[in-house]
Amino acid sequence: MSEAIHEAHVHHPPKGFIRKYIFSLDHKVIGIQYYFLALFSVLVGITLSLLFRMHLAWPNASWDFMGKLFPTGMPGGLMTPEFYLSMVTMHGTLMVFFVLTTAPQGGFGNYILPIQIGAEDMAFPVLNMLSFWVTFVALVVMMMSLFAVGGAPLSGWTAYPPLSALGSISGPGEGLGQTLWVISLAIFCVGSMLGALNFITTTLNLRAKGMTLMRMPLTVWAWFTTSILGLLAFPVLLAGGILLLLDRVGGTSFFIPAGLVVNEQLVHHNGGSPLLWQHLFWFFGHPEVYIAILPGMGVTSQLLATFARKPVFGYKAMVSAILGIGFLGFFVWGHHMFVSGMSPFSAVAFSLLTLSIGVPSAIKTFNWLGTLWKGKIQFKTPMLFAIGFVSLFVTGGVSGIFLGQTGLDLYLHDTYFVLAHFHLIMGVAAIFGIFGATYYWFPKMFGRMMSETWGKVHFWLTFVGVYCIFFPMHIMGIAGHPRRYSDPSNFKYLAGMSTYHQFITIATFITAAAQFIFLINLFWSLWKGKKAEDNPWHATTLEWTIPSPPPHDNFGGKVPVVYRGAYEYSVPGAKQDFIMQNSPEEV
Amino acid sequence: MSDIEADVSQLAASEWGGGVLPYAGSKKFGMWLFIVSDAITFSVLLVGYAYVRVASQNWPQPFEFFPSIVTATVMTLCLLSSSLTMVMAVNASRRGNRARTVRWLLATIAGGLAFLVLHGNEWNKLIHEGMTLFSNPWGAPLFGATFFALTGMHMFHVFTGVGYLGVVAFATGRGKFNAEDVEVSGLYWHFVDLVWMFIFPLVYILSIHRG
Repeated sequence: MSEAIHEAHVHHPPKGFIRKYIFSLDHKVIGIQYYFLALFSVLVGITLSLLFRMHLAWPNASWDFMGKLFPTGMPGGLMTPEFYLSMVTMHGTLMVFFVLTTAPQGGFGNYILPIQIGAEDMAFPVLNMLSFWVTFVALVVMMMSLFAVGGAPLSGWTAYPPLSALGSISGPGEGLGQTLWVISLAIFCVGSMLGALNFITTTLNLRAKGMTLMRMPLTVWAWFTTSILGLLAFPVLLAGGILLLLDRVGGTSFFIPAGLVVNEQLVHHNGGSPLLWQHLFWFFGHPEVYIAILPGMGVTSQLLATFARKPVFGYKAMVSAILGIGFLGFFVWGHHMFVSGMSPFSAVAFSLLTLSIGVPSAIKTFNWLGTLWKGKIQFKTPMLFAIGFVSLFVTGGVSGIFLGQTGLDLYLHDTYFVLAHFHLIMGVAAIFGIFGATYYWFPKMFGRMMSETWGKVHFWLTFVGVYCIFFPMHIMGIAGHPRRYSDPSNFKYLAGMSTYHQFITIATFITAAAQFIFLINLFWSLWKGKKAEDNPWHATTLEWTIPSPPPHDNFGGKVPVVYRGAYEYSVPGAKQDFIMQNSPEEV
Repeated sequence: MSDIEADVSQLAASEWGGGVLPYAGSKKFGMWLFIVSDAITFSVLLVGYAYVRVASQNWPQPFEFFPSIVTATVMTLCLLSSSLTMVMAVNASRRGNRARTVRWLLATIAGGLAFLVLHGNEWNKLIHEGMTLFSNPWGAPLFGATFFALTGMHMFHVFTGVGYLGVVAFATGRGKFNAEDVEVSGLYWHFVDLVWMFIFPLVYILSIHRG
C-alpha cells in the first residue's frame, strides 16, 4: 500500500495547443474556461443593466448615439418598452445561468475541489470537458437569441407562459428570440446535469487517504451539496423546457389555456395551464437560488477561518446547515406563487417551510460571527469580500423573511422590494463570494498575486455601491413600485420616485466603473503581478501544499495523505499558527 | 517525510478515509447518478401528464383492447425480454466469456429494435387516424401532446440505448470493454425498461376504450 503511494507516476500535460487549452481534459483548465465564460457573460449582463437603468432614470431623454446602435429597439434614441423588457430578460438570464451558476461551481469548483480532496482530476475528465462545451454552446445560442430577428425575448428570466409560449403574436421578441432562449436553457440543463454528476462522484470516490467526509473543507461540502441540487433540479427545468418548446414549435398547449385573446387575436390553443409551468419552473428555480449562493457560503467559511486565524466555529453545524438549506430548498417553491391563486392552506405550508430556512441560515451567520470573534483578523482583500458576503447575506436574508409570509407577499410581490431582496442575497452576495474566491485563489491558479491596494479600493467602491443601488429599492417596493415597468413616469403615484431612480442609476454607473479596477487588476496581475509562494495566505487545505500554479496532475504523481481537519489554525502548542491538512505533526 | 508518511498512513488506514473506491467504481456510480437525474425528467413529464389529464374535461380513452393494448403488451414483452437478455450478457461478461456476452448483447439490441419497430408502426397508425401533437378526433387535444411527448422521450432513450449497447457489444468483442462497462450499460437499459413500466399502465391501460 505505502509503495503504491510513493510510486511517482507523473502525468505530463498534452503537448498540442488545442488539447492543452481548448479541448482540455484537465479540470484546472476547464475551471478557468468556465471562469472566463462567466466573465464574458457578466460583462454583457452589466452592459444591459446600464442600458435599462439609464432608461429608468431618464425615460424621456433621447440618446442619439443609442438610436444609431439600436435602430429598432431605440428609434430616435428613445427606448421602446419591448426593448426595455428584452434587456431585463437577457440581463436576468445571463446573470442567473451563465454567471451565478457557472463561475462559483463550474469555475472554482472545478479548479479547486479535486485539489482540495487530494485527487489528480475529476472522476470523468471527458464528461467534464463535455459539460463545459455544452454550456458554451448554450451561451452561444443565448447570445443568438439576444440578436435574433424580431428582438430578444421579453418574458423575463422566468419565462412565464402564456407570454413565452405563444410565439411572435405576443410580442416582437417572442418569436425566434424566445425559441432560441428555450433551446439554450435546455442545452444548459444538460451541461449542468453532467457537471453535477461528475462533482458528486469525484467527491465521494476520489478523496485521498485520510480525507474523511468530516475533514473536508467547507468549500467542498458546499460544492458537493450544490451538485446534488443541480442533479435533482436541472432535469425538472429540462422537462419543462421541452414542454415549452413543444408549445412553441409543436402546436401543443401544455401551458396555454383556452379562449386566450392576445393582441386582439384569438389563440387556437386550449386545455393547458400556465400554472403548470410556474410549478415546474420554481421547483427548479428555488434550488437554483441555492446553487448560486451555497458555493459563496463555502468560500466565506474558508476565508473567514483563514484570515481570522481560527478554526471555523461549529464545523459540524456548518455542514448540517449546508445540507439542511439544500434539503429544505426543494420544498418551498410555492412561495414564488402566492399570488398565482393557490389554496391558502398550501400557502401556509409553503410559508412555514420557507421561514424554517431561516434556522440553518442563522446557524451559518452566527457561526461566521463566532469564527471572527476574538480572531487575529487580517483585513486582506479576500477577507473583506468574505465579511461583505456576511453583511449582504444578512441584509438580503432578512427581507426574505418578509417575503416568505403570505400576507406581506401579497402586497410586496413583484415590487422593487423583491428586486432588492434577490439581488442582494442571490446576486451580489454570490458575486462577493466569486470576488473573494478570485482574490484568494488567484495566486494558486496563476502563480502571481493580485494587487492588494487596488483590491481594497475595488472592495469599498463595490460594497458601498451595491448598497446604494439596492437599499433604496426596498423603500420603493414598500411604496408600491412594481417590477418590469419600463416608464414609471407614466404613472402619477410613481412619478415621485424618479429621484430614487436617478440616484440608483448614478450609483450603478459608479459601481460598474469600479469593476474596471477589478478587470485591470486581474489582467495586469496575470502577467505583471508579484510571484506567489506556494502558500501565501498560510492556509491549511491541500491546494496550498502544491506549487502555484499546480502541475498538470496536481500532486506530481503522489497521492497526499490527510491527517487532520481542514481548519487547524492557532492550535495551542503547534510550531506555527496553522497546521496543514497533510502534516502528520503531533501537538 | 516519506517514512513518517508511510507509518502514519498505516495508522490512518484503520479509519477509512477516501482513497479506496467505496462505490465499486466511479463509472457505475456515475451511471446511477445519471439515472436519478433522468428519472426526474421522466417524473416531471408524468406529473405534467397527470396535471393536464386531471384538469381536462373530456380526456379521451380511445385505445381498443384489440389491437392497441395487445400491441402495446407485445412491445412490453419485447422490452422486458431484452432486460432478461441483458442480465444474461452481464452474467456472461462477469464470467469472462466475451463471445457469449456479445451474443446476449445482440439479443438485447434485437429486443430494443423490435420495440422501436412496433412503436413506430403504432405512431404511424395513430397519426393516420388523425392524432397529432395539437389535435385528435376523440377529445382533449392535449391527449396527443402528452402521448407523443412521453412516448417520444422514451423512444429516444431506447434508440440511444440501442446505439449505446451497439458500441458496448463492439468494444467488448474487441476486448476493449470489461465486465463493469457491460454492467453500467445494463443499468441504463434496465432503467429505460423501468420507465416503460410506468408509461404502459399510465398512458395505455388508463386509456382503454370503455364501451
